[in-house]
Parts: sequence; structure tokens; C-alpha cells
Amino acid sequence: MKVKQLSIFMENRAGRLAEVVRLLGEAKVNIRALSLADTSDFGILRLIVNDVEKAVKVLRDAGHTVSLTDVVTVEVPDTPGGLASVLDPLRGAGVNVEYMYAFVEKVTDKAVVIFRFENADAALKVLSKAGISVLPSEMVSKL
Amino acid sequence: MIKERPQPAIWDAEHECLHGSVLRDLQLERLKKIVRKLWKNVPYYRQKMKVVGVTPTDIRTLEDIRKLPFTTKEDLRLCYPYEAFAVPLEKCVRIHASSGTTGKPTVVGYTRKDMETWTNLCARFLVAGGLTSKDVVHIAFSYGLFTGGFGLHYGAERVGAAVIPVSSGRTERQINIMKDFGSTALVCTPSYAVYIGEVLQNMGIAPDALSLRLGFFGGEFWSEHIRREIEGKLGVVATDNYGLSEIIGPGVSGECLEQNGMHIWEDHFYPELIDAKTCEPVDPAKGGELVLTTLTKEAIPLIRYRTRDICTLTRDPCPCGRTSVRMSKVSGRSDDMLIIRGVNVFPSQVEEVLLEVKGTLPHYQLVVKREGVLDRLEVRVEVSEQYFSDEMKRLHEMEKMLEHKLENLLGLRADIRLVEPKTIERSEGKAKRVMDLRPKE
Repeated sequence: MKVKQLSIFMENRAGRLAEVVRLLGEAKVNIRALSLADTSDFGILRLIVNDVEKAVKVLRDAGHTVSLTDVVTVEVPDTPGGLASVLDPLRGAGVNVEYMYAFVEKVTDKAVVIFRFENADAALKVLSKAGISVLPSEMVSKL
Repeated sequence: MIKERPQPAIWDAEHECLHGSVLRDLQLERLKKIVRKLWKNVPYYRQKMKVVGVTPTDIRTLEDIRKLPFTTKEDLRLCYPYEAFAVPLEKCVRIHASSGTTGKPTVVGYTRKDMETWTNLCARFLVAGGLTSKDVVHIAFSYGLFTGGFGLHYGAERVGAAVIPVSSGRTERQINIMKDFGSTALVCTPSYAVYIGEVLQNMGIAPDALSLRLGFFGGEFWSEHIRREIEGKLGVVATDNYGLSEIIGPGVSGECLEQNGMHIWEDHFYPELIDAKTCEPVDPAKGGELVLTTLTKEAIPLIRYRTRDICTLTRDPCPCGRTSVRMSKVSGRSDDMLIIRGVNVFPSQVEEVLLEVKGTLPHYQLVVKREGVLDRLEVRVEVSEQYFSDEMKRLHEMEKMLEHKLENLLGLRADIRLVEPKTIERSEGKAKRVMDLRPKE
């Protein structure tokens, strides 16, 4: 199961992040996960939200550059070696991770890792074969 | 600081001091001849004349020049590479080019006689600015398709000076050569002269340790303030000279030691000053766009070429004895061309690269800044969805590719800066293409 991630282009200027999250908040869009990749001049804000369509609309209407990307959300045991147990089969199959970010669930004892693969379908096959559970988007938006 | 004051001299007194009617008769005779020649040999210009209903016989007085259509850089682009030539290529002995408004350069040719003319006209302003056969001329203009290096080189040789063709770049080495070889005259862009002054200071070399006494600077806009700065830092008498490759290269005009405007060599170029918008003549003292007609060029004669350079003209007598009209320093452009470190840059060139890379045109802006004494070009590109990627490495790759292509096309390094949509200032809905943040003084 692939999940839609929003990527937003952002200049490295004061208040840019605040403005984006304010727009989403006003639209009652809840952010499930977030990561920010940055350089000295600009950054890419990556978001998993509960309402993708609404979030895209709100941001585009406000003039932001937004793209949608398929990512894979994996539940990882929140124990030492948990992440390694997911990465090992991927490495073994030669699947490339472009980037990833993680957060810890509040209720269960799992961590959730969001992967951006070069080839999401190939990665899903490897994960399923290794018996690693991938979260469907409905679940992700409810996290 | 300035050493022995250079002595005034005139290279070609016969032609530099022509009086009123003698000059006008000569100009008219030459104008008629060149119009006939273009009509006969350049179908492109003949067609332009036909469109406005003018034939060579309509040119009976100098004022009749206003009946003739203008020539623009766009015309030369359409004639790329050789269609504006009025002689077969076999009659040419030299080809030069300057940056065009797009990726294609503007090509110009010289016959043997054109080379002779060019050399002598450069000798005129070099002598006017104090050069003698005893000088050692350090030419730090780049040698290549750019006309600056070769024009000054031949002119200085003609005067009998010893020429060092150092070309541009590697400033510390330049300074060592100046010191060891005893260079007495420096030829480069004014901004490079300022830079040399800074490097001298950093190297702890006093201007007295050099033998420099003259500086011939051109290829860029510069102010009187910069002139004084250069004169102080390098210990030279700095004169301005003007030219553009389309007309002949350097040698269209140059200052004498009076430093009160550049004498236009009117026996070879007929100047007009127009309002850039209405194309009507303007009061020369108020200023306008300089339009030049070449009166003697063989390979590529141009009628009423719109230089896009803004200046004023004066006929007030000059104490040096030359009778020609003088143009002020160029104060700006009537188009959006930028001059950065002596390199001509048009926003349309940048546009071409952006289109080539992504197929669509984003909003963009050229920003020129001065960092220390060097000018830097930054190209701001609004990141639309076509330009965006969720992967940092793809954005970096795109930046690198754009920078590489721009450097290739412009001959100048440009930094790409990705910015958010709608951050580039718009005027009347269109993005402002150029922002020149360099101090004017």
C-alpha cells in the first residue's frame, strides 16, 4: 500500500514553515508526520496529512508549489534493532531508499517509518515477502 | 600619486580636426556611397528600405539619413551568420562576435581595409589618452571573439608601443608581470582596474612600485567617482573609450587628456541621438539613445544602428583641438542588457536556457550584485511544479545543469537561486526581469 506524501518547496526564510502549518491548521487538516530537508537557500517540507486533497488545495491556492509523491509507511518494532530488521531485506534485494523519516506512535508500541523509495512497487514486494507490515493510507491518516 | 603628466598629441590631425562643412561634405559623400553599397549587396537591408519606400537616390543631404530604416541587434540575429555582410567572405580577413540577445552571437567581419581603419581609430584614442611609442601596454582584455583585446592590441602596436597581450584573469600574475615588465599603460574594464587596485593593496605593493602612468578603460559603464578611485589606486591618468563590435569594436570614440567626453571619430561614424520610445531626434544635451551609422565599413556596413546606449552629445570646443562631437559616458541602456564584468548579458539568453532545460518558462529574474569589488550574477527562478521535486538531489542536479548551461552560453558564471512562487516582483503582471543592485557611484 502506497501513501500520498505532500512535498512543499520552501525558501529558507523566517516564518515560511509557520505559514504553511497555519494554513493547514485553519483548514482543519491534521499533520500526521513531517520532515524538512534543507540547504542554506531552500528546503523541502514533506508532510503526511489526514486529508490530502484538502491540504493540496489550500496550499496551492495560497501560491505554494506542492507535489504528491508515493511513499511507503512501515510499522517497525519500537525496540533496538527494529529498523535494521526492515532495512536488511531491502538492502538484500537492492532496493534504494531515497529518504526516510520516522515517528513513534502514541498508543501502540510501534514506530512508524516513512520511506521514499526509488521504486515503491519493488519495495512493497520485498517488504511483503519479508512479512513486514505496511500501513494502508486509511490507517496512516488516523494515526 | 600621478607621475609626470602625459603630453597631449593627435594621431591623425588631418581627420581629427576637420571643420564644419568639410566634415559634413565628407560624411555625406560617404553616406551616399554606403547606402548604395548596401542597396546593391545586402538584400536584407534593401528589403528594409523598400518597405519604407526609400531608394539610394533619396539620400541627398545628411538630414535625409532620417528617411532610412534603423538597424537593430535583432536584424543581425536574423542575418546570422553572414547575411548582413556586404562583401563575399573571401574579402574578409577577420571575424569577431558578441553576445546576441539569444544563444546565437552577433557576427561581424572585417576586410583588410576595415582592419586598417580599426587599427588607426584605436591608435587615435590611445594617443588622445597619452600613449606614445615609448609605452609598454598591458592588455588585460580577453583575446577572442570579443573585440576588445585585439582592437587595442593592434592600435597600440600601430602607435609603436610595446604590447604585452596578457589577456584576462590570474590577477596576481598580472601584477607581477606589470611590475617586472615595467608596464606603463593598462588596458581593461574599469571594474577590473578597481579589482587590480584591491589586489595590489592586499599584496602590499604600493602603486609607486609599478611604472603605470596611463589607463584605457572601456566595455562597461563607469562613473567619475570610479575614475578618481582608479587614478588614485593605480597612479594613472584614466581615460574612457567606447565601441561596440557591431560598429567596429573599440575605436568608435575615446577621451583625450581633457577627460571631458569621448571624441567620436565622425569621419567614420555618423552619430544621432534619439528618443528610444518615439525614435524621434532629441536634444543632444538632454541625452538619448545613440544611433550610429558606419560611413566607411566595408564588410558589414550598418545604417542607423541602435546601440541602446544612453548618452549626451556636445559640440562645445575641446581645448585639445579636435573638432569632433563628444559623447558623455554611457549612463544606461534603453533595453534590458546588463554588462557584468565586461560581458554583455541579455535576459532573453537566460530565458532560452530555462526553456531548453525544462520546456516551460518559469518566472525568473537576473540580479546583479557587487560583492567586494566583483560583480556577481544571480538568476532567481520561481519553483513551479514543473521545476519542483520532492528529492533534494534532483533539485541540486537541476541547479547544477542550469548553472553549467548558463556559463556556457553567457561566458560568465551565474548562480541559480530557487525561490518560491510569486516572490519575484511583478510590474503590470510581468515579472521584472532585471534587478541591478550595483551601486551607481
